[in-house]
Amino acid sequence: MSTPLISIRDLHVEFPHRRTVVTAVRGIDLDIHPGECVAIVGESGSGKSVTARTLVGLAGPGAVVRSERFDVNGRDARQFGEEQWRRLRGGFAGLVLQDALVSLDPLRTVGAEIGEVLRVHGHRGDRKERVRELLRTVHVPEPERRAGQYSHQLSGGLRQRALIASAIAGGPPLLIADEPTTALDVTVQAQILDLLAERRAAGETLLLISHDLAVVARLADRVLVMRDGLIVEAGETGTLLSAPDHPYTKKLLKAVPSAATRGRQLSGTGSTASIEPSAEAVIEASGLTKRYGKHTVVQDVDLTVRRGEIVGLVGESGSGKTTVAQLLFGLVAPTAGSVRFEGADWTGVPERRRRALRRRMQFISQDPLSSFDPRWTVRRIVAEALPRGAVVEPLLERVGLGADLLDRHPRRLSGGQRQRVAIARALAPRPSLIICDEPVSALDVSVQAQVLDLLADIRATDGTALLFISHDLGVVHHLADRVLVMHDGAVVESGPIDDVFHRPQHDYTRALLGAVPTLEAL
Amino acid sequence: MIVLRRLGAGLVVLWVAATAAYLALLAAPGSTVDSIIGDGADTPLIRSQIIQEWNLDRPAVVQYLDYLWRFGHGDLGRSYLLQRPVRDVIGDQIFPTVKLALAAAGLGIVLAVLLALTTRRPWSRRVSSTAELVLVSTPPFLIGLVLLSVFSFQFGLFPVSGDRGLAALVLPAITLALPVAGVLTQVLRDGIDRALEEPFVVTARARGLRERAVLARHALRHALLPAVSLLGWLCGTLLGGVVIIETVFGRPGLGQVTLQAVGSEDMPVVLAVVVFSAAAYVLLNTAADLALLVVDPRLRASTS
Repeated sequence: MSTPLISIRDLHVEFPHRRTVVTAVRGIDLDIHPGECVAIVGESGSGKSVTARTLVGLAGPGAVVRSERFDVNGRDARQFGEEQWRRLRGGFAGLVLQDALVSLDPLRTVGAEIGEVLRVHGHRGDRKERVRELLRTVHVPEPERRAGQYSHQLSGGLRQRALIASAIAGGPPLLIADEPTTALDVTVQAQILDLLAERRAAGETLLLISHDLAVVARLADRVLVMRDGLIVEAGETGTLLSAPDHPYTKKLLKAVPSAATRGRQLSGTGSTASIEPSAEAVIEASGLTKRYGKHTVVQDVDLTVRRGEIVGLVGESGSGKTTVAQLLFGLVAPTAGSVRFEGADWTGVPERRRRALRRRMQFISQDPLSSFDPRWTVRRIVAEALPRGAVVEPLLERVGLGADLLDRHPRRLSGGQRQRVAIARALAPRPSLIICDEPVSALDVSVQAQVLDLLADIRATDGTALLFISHDLGVVHHLADRVLVMHDGAVVESGPIDDVFHRPQHDYTRALLGAVPTLEAL
Repeated sequence: MIVLRRLGAGLVVLWVAATAAYLALLAAPGSTVDSIIGDGADTPLIRSQIIQEWNLDRPAVVQYLDYLWRFGHGDLGRSYLLQRPVRDVIGDQIFPTVKLALAAAGLGIVLAVLLALTTRRPWSRRVSSTAELVLVSTPPFLIGLVLLSVFSFQFGLFPVSGDRGLAALVLPAITLALPVAGVLTQVLRDGIDRALEEPFVVTARARGLRERAVLARHALRHALLPAVSLLGWLCGTLLGGVVIIETVFGRPGLGQVTLQAVGSEDMPVVLAVVVFSAAAYVLLNTAADLALLVVDPRLRASTS
């Protein structure tokens, strides 16, 4: 076998902080051979990103890097000074980060950002022409015009392509992509994955970092599963995904929601209890339309949620999902159409008359932290939603939180704990409907599994109806009874979940479903 | 469109400033006739002549409207004290002041950018931020006096007063520039710190950029955004500063004229100076807004 591009033994990365030391990576081995695609998969805090950045000497300010062997391109990188590292960056390894909106300098044109790599690495010849060529390589249409634009003027997919162009501009033998598709819509994600697959097919070496097993499954030859700074399992992609050895890998794979996981717990072994939704509607919207000036954001949406039913609302960013939630919640008034909630008129009546019913409809957002007063304790946050004098503890227990968290402030809770507090607060007034807007999108897959199990359980035991808004089709297929697919402000298809997802009628639904990376395809 | 709107708003500001100054002077104790007579001969005949000549017998509203009308046509009136057109008085004195203000602003900005870029290491940073704090919290006249006693009286490097040649400009400009540099350096450094936390800096470093280039090409531009918004403040500081500095260094200029005019209730001159300051302020703020559009392309998108 040829010399590996990267060969690392027993890598440790530590961040001394005041008197303590935070250990991000605690002894991993990593070999990357030319032409192969290696993926590191792990949840947040597993050390996967730090590992990737250490490979280009950018572990971070104050980082202490130790290893038994750290060979880059056959040379011992432990002896490297800043100047040697600098020459490797962009020249030997290109780095692609998550979300190009913040990973490209917003004050500089895309062309200037890509051209910068050429300038640093002493590109001879016409730099502008080379930039256009690079943009063409990553399939950016109209490279001439795009090179003169700023990152905020490009769509998410084009931005990410431009970022990849800047990473490959120096012609590096190794491309490191750290969560390259995480901020993207599913159809755009599929395009970027195609692009990476194309680079790999051309013989390029790829190191892929992701939290999503399904994303790497398509591309990687080998997968390394990381947890708490250690590699718990490594192996060929097919073997690792079909026959995982380590309990953590098994748990991760089991936690991924999909059609196959309907009716069973994601975080445990049991099945989730289910109830038959009644025929009585909790909320009923007809002909909902919202225009801002000439812009139609929501177009003629009909939507019904029955008692005890979970209805999924899926669509990509900008499809109008969140506006629908705001219209149902009565935060904005519709331009046309009406909503009835619990049998009473909900739109077109004064807020004074709605107030009594407000407690029956609750809301959970993607980012609960910003919906809490940062100075309040968990106790106060939940107690505010309860009748005066009621105790908080049983409710917290209901959502799986211990009483020891009662006096904590939201900032000192983990993402999963915060979302549980938000759920507890939403449950407190005994609502008949909870509108959940991307409630698990910011969570790691194992935490997401627990929160989804909790939501399923709440529906089954309390009979609470859920309107579940999500861009993640797997999550919706796992949880929902019925689904509505939104595109450009309109509902293009709706019906029972299995009908829509297994026998989609509309082209857009088909495109959406086709773009989802799955583990089952293997 | 945006330029027209700014122009309209600027005119409103000028009118408000002129009116406010007019009202304030009207409310001030002492009669206009006394101010015009000053130290000259005071007889009932002269008094009535003055009232005739300056139209002081007309109602205050008519006088105010007349004043606005003439102001609008560029006629700033005549100084009570100097018996010369205000336009000439200001015209004579404006150049030394503008020269001083521009020199101080330029020096302050250059100093701030250099300091913010070079004092990145912990110890140099600590030294610099302490010095900045001291400069910001020291009254400018004190800085001026210290500089004078060291460089003029002790070493005789620069003239003590007057406005002859470049050498006479050095100490006053430094005196005015130091507090400006102090504030700007802190704003710039803070902006650079925040920019360096952004993901695009990791991307820039991953391209193989030298640290110097990361600072100058990426971080500094982001740090300029909050600093540019301070241009209006800068204008106020400089205008307020020159009044004191010109006195300390015995320089001719608007500061001297203003002091004298306020002391002797020379209304036309005071009004002209107030309106001039307001105009400078409006102009600089508009310039700052336009500069922001140049630096930040994201703002361009939202205005067009």
